[in-house]
Amino acid sequence: MAERIKASEKFKRDRVPMKEQDPKERINNFNEVPYGYSFEEAIKEAQRCLQCKPAACVEGCPADVHVPEFIDKILDEDIEGAFKEIKLTNALPAICGRVCPQEEQCEGACVMNKKGKPIAIGRLERFVADLARDKGILDEPPAESSKASKRIAIVGSGPAGLACAADLAKLGYDVTIFEALHKPGGVLVYGIPEFRLPKAIVQYEVDQIKKMGVKIYTDYVIGYIKTVDELIESYDAVFLANGAGAPSFLRIPGENLNGVYSASEFLTRSNLMRAFDFPNYDTPLDVGKRVVVIGGGNVAMDAVRTAKRLGAEEAIIVYRRSRTEMPARAEEIEHAEAEGIQFELLTNPIKILGDENGKVKGLECVRMELGEPDESGRRRPVPIEGSNFVMDVDNVIVAIGQNANPIVARSATGVETNKWGYFVADEETGKTTHPKVWAGGDIVTGAATVILAVGAGKKAAKSIHETLSQK
Amino acid sequence: MAKILKKEQWSDTIFSMLVEAKDVAKAAKPGQFIILIPKEHGERVPLTIADSSVNEGWVQIVFQVVGKSTLELSRMNEGEELFSFVGPLGMPSEVEKFQGKVVMIGGGIGIAPIHPIAKKLKEMGNHVVSIIGAKTADLLIMEDKIREASTEVIVATDDGSKGKKGFVNAVLEELLATEADNVSKIWAIGPPIMMKVCAISAGKFNKPIIVSLNPIMVDGTGMCGACRVTVGGQTKFACVDGPEFDGALVDFDELMARQRQYKELEQKALELYKSKEGVA
Ligand SMILES: Cc1cc2nc3c(=O)[nH]c(=O)nc-3n(C[C@H](O)[C@H](O)[C@H](O)COP(=O)(O)OP(=O)(O)OC[C@H]3O[C@@H](n4cnc5c(N)ncnc54)[C@H](O)[C@@H]3O)c2cc1C
Ligand SMILES: Cc1cc2nc3c(=O)[nH]c(=O)nc-3n(C[C@H](O)[C@H](O)[C@H](O)COP(=O)(O)OP(=O)(O)OC[C@H]3O[C@@H](n4cnc5c(N)ncnc54)[C@H](O)[C@@H]3O)c2cc1C
Ligand code: SF4
Ligand code: FES
Repeated sequence: MAERIKASEKFKRDRVPMKEQDPKERINNFNEVPYGYSFEEAIKEAQRCLQCKPAACVEGCPADVHVPEFIDKILDEDIEGAFKEIKLTNALPAICGRVCPQEEQCEGACVMNKKGKPIAIGRLERFVADLARDKGILDEPPAESSKASKRIAIVGSGPAGLACAADLAKLGYDVTIFEALHKPGGVLVYGIPEFRLPKAIVQYEVDQIKKMGVKIYTDYVIGYIKTVDELIESYDAVFLANGAGAPSFLRIPGENLNGVYSASEFLTRSNLMRAFDFPNYDTPLDVGKRVVVIGGGNVAMDAVRTAKRLGAEEAIIVYRRSRTEMPARAEEIEHAEAEGIQFELLTNPIKILGDENGKVKGLECVRMELGEPDESGRRRPVPIEGSNFVMDVDNVIVAIGQNANPIVARSATGVETNKWGYFVADEETGKTTHPKVWAGGDIVTGAATVILAVGAGKKAAKSIHETLSQK
Repeated sequence: MAKILKKEQWSDTIFSMLVEAKDVAKAAKPGQFIILIPKEHGERVPLTIADSSVNEGWVQIVFQVVGKSTLELSRMNEGEELFSFVGPLGMPSEVEKFQGKVVMIGGGIGIAPIHPIAKKLKEMGNHVVSIIGAKTADLLIMEDKIREASTEVIVATDDGSKGKKGFVNAVLEELLATEADNVSKIWAIGPPIMMKVCAISAGKFNKPIIVSLNPIMVDGTGMCGACRVTVGGQTKFACVDGPEFDGALVDFDELMARQRQYKELEQKALELYKSKEGVA
């Protein structure tokens, strides 16, 4: 049992920093950047929590993680208890602890913000999950249940699909996941780089879910090999969690030149296909000396930091708004800055220039200024006339967002989509317009976050269970 | 994982494999392709489905060794498992009973992908004229199967070692010169340059021509955009919007430039593999 400290002491102390790889070193490797808390560091940070009731942080968490309770169990040195407390509402804590935008969620809501020192909830969550994994602490085993005769099909093995599968398996259902790629995990394996989320952690979570009896068919593209209609016929319920994987392009001249990538392609080649280890792995990636990444979100930060690690001398973010509007997690922007990533803010690309071989050589941009706020509440960038200039570049990576891939939807009769191709589903239950079909994650909300996808998977599992139990 | 059931070598560089893939065989339609990864460290290689059997649960692929991955694949044997095998992918060919004749042009390795389309068209009662061409007689593949799947077959080789001497597009022009009015539709599959000249030839007679594009791909499901091609001034993803497109509208020069994107790296990978494996 660790000591509980007095409130006055709590206010005096600062956030316990997390040690990380030196930026000069880490730009030469793909190893994870932060090392995670030691036991002592975790205790020290946990001691600062005020144990609020009701707790603002829980309000801020899309998954309602029982924050004060799990933090208190850390102080009890009861890691198993802490882990189970988190697992009650979050299926993937080792992953969420690393990739959630905590500053906008739990930590953003934490009352200690008034002192500018929110509790490092994400780091503590990660600490608990990592230690539980090291110690082999497992979640509840699946219930020996009569429900096993009911079969559920899940399309997609990203966080939404995995979370839904885990909950349904615990309830005793016979669950099968169909995954298009050759490895399960969705964006967690093909999008988010190793230095931010080690693939071994994702693999561990997938293995746990398999151990619960969930079957995962990889290399199985629903819409081609089987339609959703066929799944509806042979399963008792279908959960669509196929993500929003189709890349958006800028639609500016020169976008099909060699050396121009969507961030999805660039990251898939590096993460899933391991192009960073070419020619030991066969997938090539063409990275020149000056690489520009267009966009300001997590995807853009991942692409630009990957480019740097793949040998770009200069890796540059071009973003049309200012730093405050950048949607990426604060930590990713800080890490990028520490790694020497350059930022051309308030800058918009208008044309990609190529050489006689069809290879990129330049990017024409225009400077922007912020005008009136738009519908999203962010100030709208407007071009400054006559400010055009050309950057010499070897690669342009487009990271301006993803949208819905129509393959699954067009094979699903009676499951309504909206005008952007996303499934229409009830926010609380994931129910679609078809009585046997549920949907959740990015394919309902558009590109969002891991924790929202996990939440959607859990809600759908609950609703599927309720619906099937009534029969 | 998918097992290689049967392997045949048809020329110095051309191989055929039957791969065990029951569900793929069941779902496969003419014009579709698969993507395989030979071994764990491998890349994703798109190959057209040349034939399939629902009863026996296999899919046939026919490929030419052009680089590291196809070389490695060609050195795998019956009984071995491919690390990954996914399909069918892409939009099926739009086959129907046409009024007039249908001309199927296969160039080199492109003869394999026209086979299932011709077969289906003939089944539907079409008069199918196949024009198959290769550099020399040795490289002319699947002649028997094409004959079975066609009403008429015209063979051409660049060096005249078999059939007519010359390129397939010359044969097409000759045919169209005499009976353009009888031809409803043309398919041409082969190297981009061959499809380009066939499209020009068809254009001279104002005949619709479908081509099957083979840009470099990664996932093959519309998630990456590696396979972007310009068709009628618009960017399309060949893997999901195609691979078949209206030949008159395709920007073949861009396609060819994009196929060269990794030339140097591919060369390096091939040499490294050859020296490691001790193959010439
Ligand atoms: C580069 C990158 C970085 C990100 N960083 C963060 C971050 O730091 N923090 C954060 O919270 N969020 C981040 N996100 C967003 C987050 O990853 C997604 O919101 C989340 O993964 C969505 O989960 P999902 O399960 O809905 O879909 P996905 O993770 O996209 O999974 C969908 C799965 O379905 C499969 N699939 C698609 N079509 C088919 C089909 N036809 N048949 C079978 N399977 C199919 C796909 O292959 C995929 O495996 C990032 C996203 C990207 C791309
Ligand atoms: C939809 C589709 C269907 C195809 N069907 C067949 C088929 O039935 N039989 C067959 O032999 N080939 C087919 N191809 C081409 C085949 O995929 C490539 O030849 C193969 O990927 C080359 O890999 P490699 O490592 O051996 O050669 P590499 O060393 O990678 O490349 C050698 C050369 O081949 C070309 N190439 C490389 N990658 C690709 C690629 N993904 N697609 C096309 N060309 C490429 C390039 O011009 C390159 O310079 C198809 C391609 C596509 C996209
Ligand atoms: S709001 Fe902050 S201080 Fe209060 S319980 Fe949550 S984490 Fe602890
Ligand atoms: S190959 Fe990735 S979108 Fe076509």
